Amino acid sequence: MEIPYTSKPRPDTGVYNAKIGIWLFLASEVMLFGGLFSAYVLLRVGAAPGEWPHGWLNVGLGTLNTLILALSAITTLLAWVACKVGQFGKFKFFHACTLALALTFLCVKMYEYHDKWIHYEIKLVDGKFADGHFEGAVYVDKAANKELEEHSFRGMAFSEVSGGVTNNYELVSVTLEGRIVADEKDLMDLRAQKHIEHGKVTIERSQIKHMENYGPWHNTFLAIYFTLTGLHALHILGGSIVIGYLWGPGRKMWKKDPERFTNRIEVSGLFWHFVDLVWIFLFPVLYLM
Amino acid sequence: MEKLVQQFPPHREDDAHHGHGGHGHHEPGFWEKYIFSTDHKTIGIQYGLTALMFMLFGFGLMILMRWQIAHPGVPVPFIGPLLEKVLGSVAAHGAISPELYNSFGAMHGTIMVFLGIVPLAFAAFGNYVVPLMIGAPDMTFPRVNMASYQAYFVGGLIMLVSFFIPGGAAQAGWTSYSPLATTIPTNGQLFWIIGMVFLISSSLLGAVNFIATIIQLRAPGMTWMRLPFFVWAQFVTAFILLLAFPPLEAAAVMQLMDNVAHTSFFLPTGLAVGGQLANVSGGGSPLLWQHLFWFLGHPEVYVLILPAMGIVCEILANNTRKPIWGYKSLVYAALAVGFLSFIVWAHHMYLTGMGTKISTFFQATTMIISIPSVIILTCFFISLWGGSIRFTTPMLFALAFLPMFGIGGLTGLPLGFNVSDVHLHDTYYIIAHFHYVVAPGTIFALFAGVYYWYPKMTGRMMNEFWGRVHFWGSFVFMNIVFMPMFAQGMAGMLRRMADGGANYSAAVNSKAGAEVVGGLSNNMMSLHTGILWGAMCLGIAQIPFIINVFWSIKHGEKAKGDNPWDATTLEWQTPTPPPHGNFDHAPQVYRGPYEYSVPGHATDFTPQNEPEGGATPKPISTAH
Ligand code: HEM
Ligand SMILES: [Cu+2]
Repeated sequence: MEIPYTSKPRPDTGVYNAKIGIWLFLASEVMLFGGLFSAYVLLRVGAAPGEWPHGWLNVGLGTLNTLILALSAITTLLAWVACKVGQFGKFKFFHACTLALALTFLCVKMYEYHDKWIHYEIKLVDGKFADGHFEGAVYVDKAANKELEEHSFRGMAFSEVSGGVTNNYELVSVTLEGRIVADEKDLMDLRAQKHIEHGKVTIERSQIKHMENYGPWHNTFLAIYFTLTGLHALHILGGSIVIGYLWGPGRKMWKKDPERFTNRIEVSGLFWHFVDLVWIFLFPVLYLM
Repeated sequence: MEKLVQQFPPHREDDAHHGHGGHGHHEPGFWEKYIFSTDHKTIGIQYGLTALMFMLFGFGLMILMRWQIAHPGVPVPFIGPLLEKVLGSVAAHGAISPELYNSFGAMHGTIMVFLGIVPLAFAAFGNYVVPLMIGAPDMTFPRVNMASYQAYFVGGLIMLVSFFIPGGAAQAGWTSYSPLATTIPTNGQLFWIIGMVFLISSSLLGAVNFIATIIQLRAPGMTWMRLPFFVWAQFVTAFILLLAFPPLEAAAVMQLMDNVAHTSFFLPTGLAVGGQLANVSGGGSPLLWQHLFWFLGHPEVYVLILPAMGIVCEILANNTRKPIWGYKSLVYAALAVGFLSFIVWAHHMYLTGMGTKISTFFQATTMIISIPSVIILTCFFISLWGGSIRFTTPMLFALAFLPMFGIGGLTGLPLGFNVSDVHLHDTYYIIAHFHYVVAPGTIFALFAGVYYWYPKMTGRMMNEFWGRVHFWGSFVFMNIVFMPMFAQGMAGMLRRMADGGANYSAAVNSKAGAEVVGGLSNNMMSLHTGILWGAMCLGIAQIPFIINVFWSIKHGEKAKGDNPWDATTLEWQTPTPPPHGNFDHAPQVYRGPYEYSVPGHATDFTPQNEPEGGATPKPISTAH
């Protein structure tokens, strides 16, 4: 006996197998992201007054990515409709659009991550804080005994403990494109600070108490930001692989069993809509609130 | 009518030649048939054997811990040198160091729950039995099913490997509380989390598959209220897994980030490790981990118990030869338990200082959830009334389940009230409570299931005499092991102490010249020895079972036909063992699952696929 209802719906439940499968899977995904969102709420509510960052993310880029995903939701839908009415050419076009949009989304996201990666906060010996994007650093190569300038930082953090020596390179000074503030709290809420004065600041090693980039270890906001968006980006990546497969090698099924192929497009489309929906929650929660 | 019955399953002779449903399949080779099989029956057996091995291993860890508790610091006889050889300095001179004790404790819990009971109760029995019971050819997504087993297997391997890495396996308990879990200097915690991610993924794949199968692949006529209770239990269990596990997965991801990316999700500001301020950003919340963990953790205990109840129900009906009393109440109670299990989790956290209002809420829900649990147990007890009970081995285990689960459940109530829990929290009382539910409870039901379905899987019966020896040995020694723990716990003995409380004992305290106030009395301490012996005997009592399982494959008494227990449900109406595809065409179902001793019927059981008013069918098996 073969497994029934693989492409035709079962009369009394009204769905075919894969559709119920994807709905159940999405239910578990809701709980997964639900868990992370509730972590976000708890961390934010529990943060000491004035210590939760605001306005750290680029709303313009966030909006752009929101539009990209919204558009990709439409192209996914159109691709499915094209299959339904048997226009395979249109399907190929719309599906390619979805794929391109997905990859664009990931590129924008990578750019945003990079921007945080090269953003440093330096706690100075005098109690002030230097904050800005990394421009360059001067090192002494102890083996060759000469000074050299580099445009990337060796290691992601610097602390008094390590003394600024990594693999025979001794730090001399760091240059940031940014500013110096008196209180760390001034760095927290950027919404109110419309025009931030900034320029090149160079800091001698002896002035540095602790230096750290805006990675997930920097504070709990960045931790949850990287975790949520990272997990979401993994979903985009996974979805892109499935979409790419169905657009490429997987399309052979269209000839043999168009109904089943259309179902596959529908099911993968449902997943894609879910991933879009997660972003619709992520965007305001992380970028705007 | 006669003809209709005979038609199912047709082509018996053909089957005997081809070995499967008579389709044009090619003969699968060894790898395809036993290792990378997509057949739900093979996967079920794979799950079953692997889970039993893990349970044996987890049991071994427990024996070592009990030795250490009864004789702190004394080298383990016989096995000690071996331990030192494989594990190194943590087992110096063959004695168990506190670190090793913690590893064993954490891994015993993890292995028993996530690698033993859940895979056996849910995945193994569920896989083998559910599709047969609902008249389906297989699970809806056979390849997903295989992937689920493989993820489980890999997860298990990762857990095992972690014993041999420097620093050893996880030590922060099966609950892996942060910040402890992040600050313990071993990569074992990391292995634990990654292993858990595999196990969780495996469970999720399984859960999707079970639900989809039960919704989509029920045979014609198999309406919801004709499903055997076992299927209902698995259905609810699958939903619990589907919805409760992802938050733990989220938590695992965050703890993973804490470990490898040095985030501070669960690390508070001002955290000190070994007297030093930890180099972390802080701002995290240890309570967050506990909430997310127990949001899974409590539903998980119903994952452990519901399939067991399902098994017990089938066996009770079959061996009392009468319908289950209150089938509908059972179904609704199971659904209620499933739903309520999501809103009681914080009863594990009364002592965390989360606030009295929250405690009161969870105290109320905890009392409410005991109602459906009691309904289920009551239905089972009433079902026994007036039955002509056959005391077969599976029935003995199923019967013993009832009072054992009863003890476990009732002792949960004092834990549910936060006043009494203040005294009992983190003591041996808790250990006794949940072991009564899981060990003589669930595990007995699982044994019952093995004895009951064995003839379907192999065509042979397990030996009854050794089955009885196994039962009485297990029953007596289980109680010798766990009953004293209630007393120890109430006397104040804490759990998770590497020396079994020796440092707090009256003897040690008075020797040190201290006034003995509240120290553990010598009587309480001496119970450890009895428990150790009980545990060893419990282990010995499992030997007949292990031999029985393997010996009976070839040498057991041949089962009388396909339906040796004269059962009504569909899995007994197929050939033995069922061929690939299970049925030649979907069986038609005409009646509910427990039509035993129907007045006027020629036999005392009426199979679900026997037509209404049909001539009495001979048991369908005739081929042997
Ligand atoms: C039916 C009524 C039940 C009630 C009212 C109940 C109540 C409780 C409470 C309040 C605790 C926490 C005690 C503490 O840590 O201070 C607890 C622990 C526990 N219960 Fe139950 N329980 C019940 C049934 C069950 C069942 C059916 C199972 C498993 C099949 C179970 C398994 C456990 C486990 C594993 C723990 C300990 C977890 C740990 O801390 O490691 N319980 N129970
Ligand atoms: Cu609980």
